Amino acid sequence: MKSIIAHELVKTYDKGAVKALDGLSLEVEEGTVLGLLGPNGAGKTTSVRVLATLLTPDSGSATVAGIDVLKHPDEVRKVIGLSGQYAALDETLTGWDNLTMFGRLYHLNSSGAKKRAEELLEKFSLTDAARRPIRTYSGGMRRRLDLAASLIVKPKVLFLDEPTTGLDPRGRMEMWDVIDELVKGGVTLLLTTQYLEEADHLADSIAVIDTGKVIARGTADELKNQVGSERLEITVEVEQITEATKLVEQVSGVTPSVDLGIRKISAPVSNGSASLIQVLRLLDEAKIHPLDIGLKRPSLDDVFISLTGHVAEVVVEPEVGGKNAAKRK
Amino acid sequence: MLQSVSDFLVITKRQLLQMIRIPEVLIFATIQPAMFVLLFRYVFGGAIDSGVEGGYVQLLMPGIFVQTVAFTLAATAVGLAADMQKGLIDRFRSLPISRSAVVIGRTVGDTLQNVVTLIVMGLVGFLVGWRPSSGPIKIFLGFLFLLAFGYSMSWIGVIIGLSVREERVAQNLVFMTVFPLTFLSNAFAPTTGMPKILQYFAEWNPVSTMVAACRELFGTENVFGATANSWPSQNPILMSLIYMFLLVAIFAPISVRKYVKVSK
Repeated sequence: MKSIIAHELVKTYDKGAVKALDGLSLEVEEGTVLGLLGPNGAGKTTSVRVLATLLTPDSGSATVAGIDVLKHPDEVRKVIGLSGQYAALDETLTGWDNLTMFGRLYHLNSSGAKKRAEELLEKFSLTDAARRPIRTYSGGMRRRLDLAASLIVKPKVLFLDEPTTGLDPRGRMEMWDVIDELVKGGVTLLLTTQYLEEADHLADSIAVIDTGKVIARGTADELKNQVGSERLEITVEVEQITEATKLVEQVSGVTPSVDLGIRKISAPVSNGSASLIQVLRLLDEAKIHPLDIGLKRPSLDDVFISLTGHVAEVVVEPEVGGKNAAKRK
Repeated sequence: MLQSVSDFLVITKRQLLQMIRIPEVLIFATIQPAMFVLLFRYVFGGAIDSGVEGGYVQLLMPGIFVQTVAFTLAATAVGLAADMQKGLIDRFRSLPISRSAVVIGRTVGDTLQNVVTLIVMGLVGFLVGWRPSSGPIKIFLGFLFLLAFGYSMSWIGVIIGLSVREERVAQNLVFMTVFPLTFLSNAFAPTTGMPKILQYFAEWNPVSTMVAACRELFGTENVFGATANSWPSQNPILMSLIYMFLLVAIFAPISVRKYVKVSK
């Protein structure tokens, strides 16, 4: 069953001059994670705002958990959780105050709200900070509390708008763990992000959006393959360049490109890490010690530039990916 | 219905909690009007010959009370603009709560803050010689009137807060409009000194009718508003009630509509 369906959503601002959404359509299967990937201003937040009943589109339709978003927004609000890119909490109040307040607003009774607040604080490792005002929290703690606030009634569908933007690497990893945990619990999740890596890690399938439209759909692998494979890059001493180049060619099967100035040899490889190990072994046998070696994965920039360059050819059916993509990790 | 009431009470409670969590805000919000009482009492009080028993402070206190509650509009506007800016309004709007809960909760919360402010101001006033002479019932009614006026002004604040969406803009806008309104009135000085056209405005200014009503309820003759025998200055209590009714009747529905439609 489809938990989220958006059909031809259009939203314009300034009397049509700015098109935030330009016929956006997407579907999310129940219990799966869709990563909505795109640069700033692509329409990610606007999509989430429409689906979470905060914004009325000019045209188009949408259902969330089988409920029409435009006709029955109140019903939709009962089954969704929303956590934004800025932590939407009352900064002057404590973590405890915030969670009990939202609990009451979700119509739990007083003791129910307190019990739920305790559970969530425990679950998100915030028990120690519970009695401190939010303004003393770190960025990561705020996001976790913000997420906790969206989980008070165990939503069927969860929207996370750029949950890790602005977090340091540690905060991001912690957030990923928390989200992984949620996904295992079976929630349907729509997640927006600017980072391919994040979509890759968390999502079952990815929709790339630009200028208010979905321009490509598929699993992370499918999208990357459209861009081209990973590149193996190694840097060696000047005198070893010729020999090392031969070895790289042997593994990759194509003539590597060589930059003599920075002594870097690079070549596309199909099965990234296996190739890397193979090259390392060959280099070791030849007693060549690389100064630097690594796989360069296609970045969002690569994916994006490539996709916006030839939109028509890249649309992949969303069903192809399915659930296995995420389990690959 | 019951659910709506409990929703807005939760929002109101949030504001009371804020007062407890950062008491500085309430302290400063109270010091400012108390300071105004002292400044006006000793700066203007010596210069203006009030001609009423007990001196200028008897006329001043109702004026400064009304000015303070008129600024409830500012508290509401700034508070809501800040919530908008932080995305808190978005979160509230994504919750299954009644559409009017957040704005009603806000206006009621700001009114409760006024209770504290008015008590402190009243005490400071008493220390510097304010002696309302109308008896406890009328004095109580006077304060009730002030709270009701603050509450109705608060609804204009809702619209400003949701429209400008930025704390500082809200603050500037409110000060630019409310300050002239409170001075183009009989609050601090007789309107007779004003140019004719301003006198006319001052007669009909809701601040003037409120001040006149409070002077009546606190038992002081309104010698600052006796320039013309206009209807509002003859019937300040009735006129103030009409103004309050109109403010709520017009701005409350607009505010709720605005809240439902508002988008960042």
